[in-house]
Amino acid sequence: MSAHEQFADDLALYALGSLEGSERQALQAHLAQCAACRRELQQLCSDMGLLGLATMGPVPPVTARARMLSSLANEPRVRTVRKRSPSWWLLAPMAAAIVLAAISIVLWRQNNALRQDLAQQLKQSGENRAEVERAREVLALLSAPDAIRVTLVATNAKPQPQGKAIYRPQTGSLVFLASNFAPLPPEKAYELWLLPTSGAAPIPVGVFKPDSRGSASVLMPSLPKDLQAKAFAITIEPETGSSTPTMPIILAGGR
Amino acid sequence: MGLASTQQELSVSDAEIIARIYSGDEGAMALLYDRYSNIVYAVALRVLSDGSAAEDILQDVFMQLWRNPQAFNASRGSLATWLAVIARNRAIDQLRKKRPEVEAAETVILVDPELESAADRSRAIEKVRAVLAGMPGEQRAALEMAFFEGLTHVEIARKTGQPLGTVKTRIRSGLLAVRKAFAV
Repeated sequence: MSAHEQFADDLALYALGSLEGSERQALQAHLAQCAACRRELQQLCSDMGLLGLATMGPVPPVTARARMLSSLANEPRVRTVRKRSPSWWLLAPMAAAIVLAAISIVLWRQNNALRQDLAQQLKQSGENRAEVERAREVLALLSAPDAIRVTLVATNAKPQPQGKAIYRPQTGSLVFLASNFAPLPPEKAYELWLLPTSGAAPIPVGVFKPDSRGSASVLMPSLPKDLQAKAFAITIEPETGSSTPTMPIILAGGR
Repeated sequence: MGLASTQQELSVSDAEIIARIYSGDEGAMALLYDRYSNIVYAVALRVLSDGSAAEDILQDVFMQLWRNPQAFNASRGSLATWLAVIARNRAIDQLRKKRPEVEAAETVILVDPELESAADRSRAIEKVRAVLAGMPGEQRAALEMAFFEGLTHVEIARKTGQPLGTVKTRIRSGLLAVRKAFAV
């Protein structure tokens, strides 16, 4: 007996419907708070049902069956929806389903956002890749030893050494193309200098040796950003380069 | 009951019958009636000692289930004992002309032996009768007065001249004796 002993007898009377007055109210108040006594009450109802079996023997008149079925036919019935007591084990799957649905919505949204981000990234990446590819092609073309370099001059003029510097101070980017340069001894090289607007000492940009046709290039050397240049100049230096230009200046050009 | 209907009765569980009643299947009510009308009628007749009144209870109980199948919670007990208790309570209400003390939906049967087949029910009937036959006369009388006549313990004590506490305990002990007989 798991129910409270002081209520044990009253529970049986309550199940039978014979408990009245203050005893009934007291038991009902207790039942509202005591699961063990509620369970015992259910058990007592079961006991009562079994006790009822002792009466078996008499059978209803045969007409009773037709009467009941006739009553059913005469009573239009709305289809009922099962209502179950909200036990935790019934609510648990429902709660789990709600949580899963909520998680699914969140994941679905995140997935969509990620998908959009990914699409954007892929698009951006594709664009970047195309730009990089184009830049690589430009650089490859500029630096390719087999590229044909033609300097156009006046028809009656003799080709002269020429240098073209394309410089962007904000990014420190520079492309230098040389043409018609005279060959140098093996231990020598040409060196390109940047002459700062500030009047500071010339900054070495890079060394280069012309190919058999006098062409050379300096592509994207390492230069500080925001360095304003008033001019570029070329000297002949040891092939490892110098920190200060060695006179004379072979070529020079300013803005 | 013919062989065909017996086989049909055995092949359909109480749970299936209730499910079909939920969906408005009148045939399921016929199956239910064939299976349990004897119990409902016998209990009502025992309480009311009136065949016509017992038949009215029989109609009431089955129509109540038809209108409100939710009142029976299949997950918590057998239909046989639930119907027996509902029939008993209805009959007692009729006998005493009072409002139901315990509503049908409150009547929850906790644990029951298997009672869906006629053979199971026959064995259960024999067992209950044996329990009653084995009880001390005063205890059986108190239990039967409470269960079949709907007398309160106060009325029983007055009628029998027994102390109130004794009557209370006898009633409860009687129900526990039934439970014990079916305990596994």
